[in-house]
Amino acid sequence: MTAWKSERLLNLVIMLLVSRTYVTKDRIREVIEGYDKTNDEAFEKMFERDKEELRALGIPIELGHVDKFFEDEQGYRIARDAFELPDIDFTPDEAAVLGLAARVWQHAGLASATSAALVKLRAAGHDVDREAIDALQPRVVADEPAFNDMWEMTISRTPVRFGYRRAGASEVVERHLEPWGVVTSRDRWYVVGHDRDRGKPRMFRLSRIVGEVLPDGRPGSFEVPEGTDVRALTASLEPRRTPTTATVLARKGRAALLRRLASEVAESVDGPDERTEWDRLTLTTYAVDELAEDVLAHLGDVVAIDPTELRDLVVERLSQLSGVPA
Amino acid sequence: MSGGSKEQVTRLLALAPYLQTRGEVPLQEVAADFGVTPAQMLKDLRVLFMCGLPGYGPGDLIDINVEALEDDPDGLVRVDNAEFLARPLRLGSNEASALIVALHALLDASPAGSRDVVERTLAKLEEAAAAGSTPLVDVHLPRLRPAVEGARAALDDAISRNRQVRLEYYVPTRDETTQRVVDPIAVTVADGRAYLDAWCHLAEDRRLFRVDRITGLEVLDAPRVAHDLEPRDLSAGLFEPGPADLRARVLLSPEMRWFAEYYPVLTTQDTADGGLEVTLAVSDERWLLRLALRFGHGLTVLEPVDLRARVATIAADAQRLHTATA
Repeated sequence: MTAWKSERLLNLVIMLLVSRTYVTKDRIREVIEGYDKTNDEAFEKMFERDKEELRALGIPIELGHVDKFFEDEQGYRIARDAFELPDIDFTPDEAAVLGLAARVWQHAGLASATSAALVKLRAAGHDVDREAIDALQPRVVADEPAFNDMWEMTISRTPVRFGYRRAGASEVVERHLEPWGVVTSRDRWYVVGHDRDRGKPRMFRLSRIVGEVLPDGRPGSFEVPEGTDVRALTASLEPRRTPTTATVLARKGRAALLRRLASEVAESVDGPDERTEWDRLTLTTYAVDELAEDVLAHLGDVVAIDPTELRDLVVERLSQLSGVPA
Repeated sequence: MSGGSKEQVTRLLALAPYLQTRGEVPLQEVAADFGVTPAQMLKDLRVLFMCGLPGYGPGDLIDINVEALEDDPDGLVRVDNAEFLARPLRLGSNEASALIVALHALLDASPAGSRDVVERTLAKLEEAAAAGSTPLVDVHLPRLRPAVEGARAALDDAISRNRQVRLEYYVPTRDETTQRVVDPIAVTVADGRAYLDAWCHLAEDRRLFRVDRITGLEVLDAPRVAHDLEPRDLSAGLFEPGPADLRARVLLSPEMRWFAEYYPVLTTQDTADGGLEVTLAVSDERWLLRLALRFGHGLTVLEPVDLRARVATIAADAQRLHTATA
């Protein structure tokens, strides 16, 4: 069953590819084995489905007039230059790099898309299986449930709608977006695009999307503005951060990571207890709340001194955890 | 995967040019290159053998030595009369994007000496894909810091010369720097971080070390003892719970839902307020105490009960230290 259908589809491709003119439906029906020669309706259905399937594989089937003098007669063909992979002049070491790319994706759909691309390049005569160059094996992981749909809609230029939970918020709000690109920034996946609710470019973290990503228009119904640099846009949409100088006390011999970040360490200063000696560290931070969390995670080996914002944050959290009023 | 006619037609379109650019190839090798079994490849070849130019006479069909291969599965595949399918189909935008992103990831993970060849490959592929000037998908793995690159070079050297390494390694759960001798097996990247896979003589077990936490490194003259170990496949993730691990039950607020994506949780369950209840395998309880203090505003330890009580005690002690410096 599969074999007959594959044979029919491949013969159809070859017929349309080698023909110099558009081929009529009647001619296709007559020549290709497997099409119903008696029942018109059955043939139409079968032919429509075959065309759809070939187009889904990326085969460019064109419709045109068979004869420029008889406009009512239409036919099909496949233009060879739109069908064939252009000749790419990969050197052997470049081909080996392509082979390495096969192992990067940790996502079933994209791993198989990469393999399919490599099969084509191999078929074009490139030896992608040579010994590897000196490179680490990076792994790109994409396990956010929204990733797959967002990737596909971005590639097909389909506007989307989805439920989104902002950082620190508990309610889910429906958002409408023209997705321009799926990107990672600091190890997290985002979609960047034109936010139809705000009327300007925005980025959304994929892990904060709740529920399904749904189409909100037809494929190909928006354009990415010419000259858009998705990477630069991502950088500009990231929250701005300003540096703050902070001071903390750390027990002698503890807090190795904070010590590595410190611009200055004053040894054996006055401390809050006599159990150990204490050192004073001066640090620059871009996120006071994250530094407060670092101080807390040292389980009493680090004490926040300056700025007041940092100290208050730490003291307030400790009070919540101990149940003792600050 | 290999069964449907969609997949089969895709393979056949690549198979015809593949066999023409390669000349004679063993059946087993063709099957491996297309990711199917030799039996499936023989079925594919049988279909291809039935395809050709309209007319479908002996001179029109693709000629393949199918009969000989049926008698001798170790034989070479020969193809003739397939010039009309000389080149593979173009890359689809999904395939091209998947491959380009994988190469970007590879570029970000490559040491300086290998970047050039990856860049050249990427440039040629992007030009060939010609899917528009806008990059659809972009991956940016964090660049390894120079210190990490240096450690990597020394580790690669030790592995290639079969030498042991003395490591100075920072253990954040204990907030300590440790000394140990290891037999390095491989350096690998997962989630954008470099890890050393090694046999540790201190732990007398195989361990993964984060390369950015190696604070000192010396390649020794002693040869590796455990040198025949296969590199570990990190694709399934880094985390393997041990039998001795403590099981903890932890409540996460809605703002802390992200925790389940970044830490190895065993089970998750939605709570009525939009948060999560998760169970974790904990090998060192200080790790959980640090998390409970760090994220106390949104992470509550439910079980074990004594750990929950210790969180409050530690917080009260730290609170007193802060009061003493007021």
